[in-house]
Amino acid sequence: MVRLITHNLLACHAKGCTTNNFPLQFKDVSIELREAEFNPEFLKGFMPRIEWKALVDAARQLGDTTLPSEMPEMVDDEFLKNLHHALLEVHVEEGAMVCPNCNHVYPVSNGIPNMLLAEHEIA
Amino acid sequence: MIPTPDLSHLKKTDYDNVYEPAEDTFLLLDALEEDAEELKAMQPRLCLEVGSGSGCVSSFMGSILGAATSLYLTTDINSFASRCTSRTGTQNKIPIDSVTTSLVSSLLPRIQRAVDVLIFNPPYVPTYTSEAQEAQDGRDIRGAWAGGINGMQVTDMLLEHVEDLLSSNGRFYLVAVKENNISELQQRMRQQYDLESKIVLQRKAGREHLHVIRFSRS
Repeated sequence: MVRLITHNLLACHAKGCTTNNFPLQFKDVSIELREAEFNPEFLKGFMPRIEWKALVDAARQLGDTTLPSEMPEMVDDEFLKNLHHALLEVHVEEGAMVCPNCNHVYPVSNGIPNMLLAEHEIA
Repeated sequence: MIPTPDLSHLKKTDYDNVYEPAEDTFLLLDALEEDAEELKAMQPRLCLEVGSGSGCVSSFMGSILGAATSLYLTTDINSFASRCTSRTGTQNKIPIDSVTTSLVSSLLPRIQRAVDVLIFNPPYVPTYTSEAQEAQDGRDIRGAWAGGINGMQVTDMLLEHVEDLLSSNGRFYLVAVKENNISELQQRMRQQYDLESKIVLQRKAGREHLHVIRFSRS
């Protein structure tokens, strides 16, 4: 599944591409929304591992504008519910992710990102 | 007793392309089950399985910890395996985020010191170097067992990154066989990376003397 939680962990790794290689940009994607079990403790525990701006930008790119531009210091229930939805319930099923630096295209098919590189592209 | 994941959705044709769970898989499940209480107490938020194959092991982790407790992230170089992993998660009601990639490529920069539970059941069978390399390049089922010299060719590539990946109380479960020179491996990880390890379970299955080794920061 390419949910935004996973998108937030993926960077381009093509040969020579080491700066501005994150976050990958979505291209021609189709998305599905699927309900997931809400666990505020998980969200609070995972928050320190999130690149916040990348998440907010990706969510906005997919039409979800509920997240604040800055990660809030105090988290309330409404915020956590919005975070839960953005991170865990939006599934990118088809399309691609494109490196903002080298324009390498990583396809997404059946909800699975293919990050493999051709032999000459491996660093 | 934690039930073995339901794999009834996987057919013979799936196992033409993806490693079918066998004694090594079940030993790993048993090791995780023995550690179940400790694992739950850790409250892991990121579990990463490298080479997830059928998805049996990560689904089992999800059953131990709970579907919404952690992110279950998996990688496999074989795209058929990524698909099976995802389907097995769905079948067992564990959301698994499956990525087709080699080991931890594309994830490494963003998950440094962030992985609470790292799991690898590698291709551990000793083969010719070229066979292991061709198997990985082929990105198919042969990559599930062909391990090159001492069966360590692929494992060694991940071992380089384990210390970078583990969170402060993170742990790493590795399946190995006797031919992998386990005590040398443990010593190397201690000397080079200051990672302690313990053989948590071992069992003979046919010709294979299987081990599960657990590494953590000392």
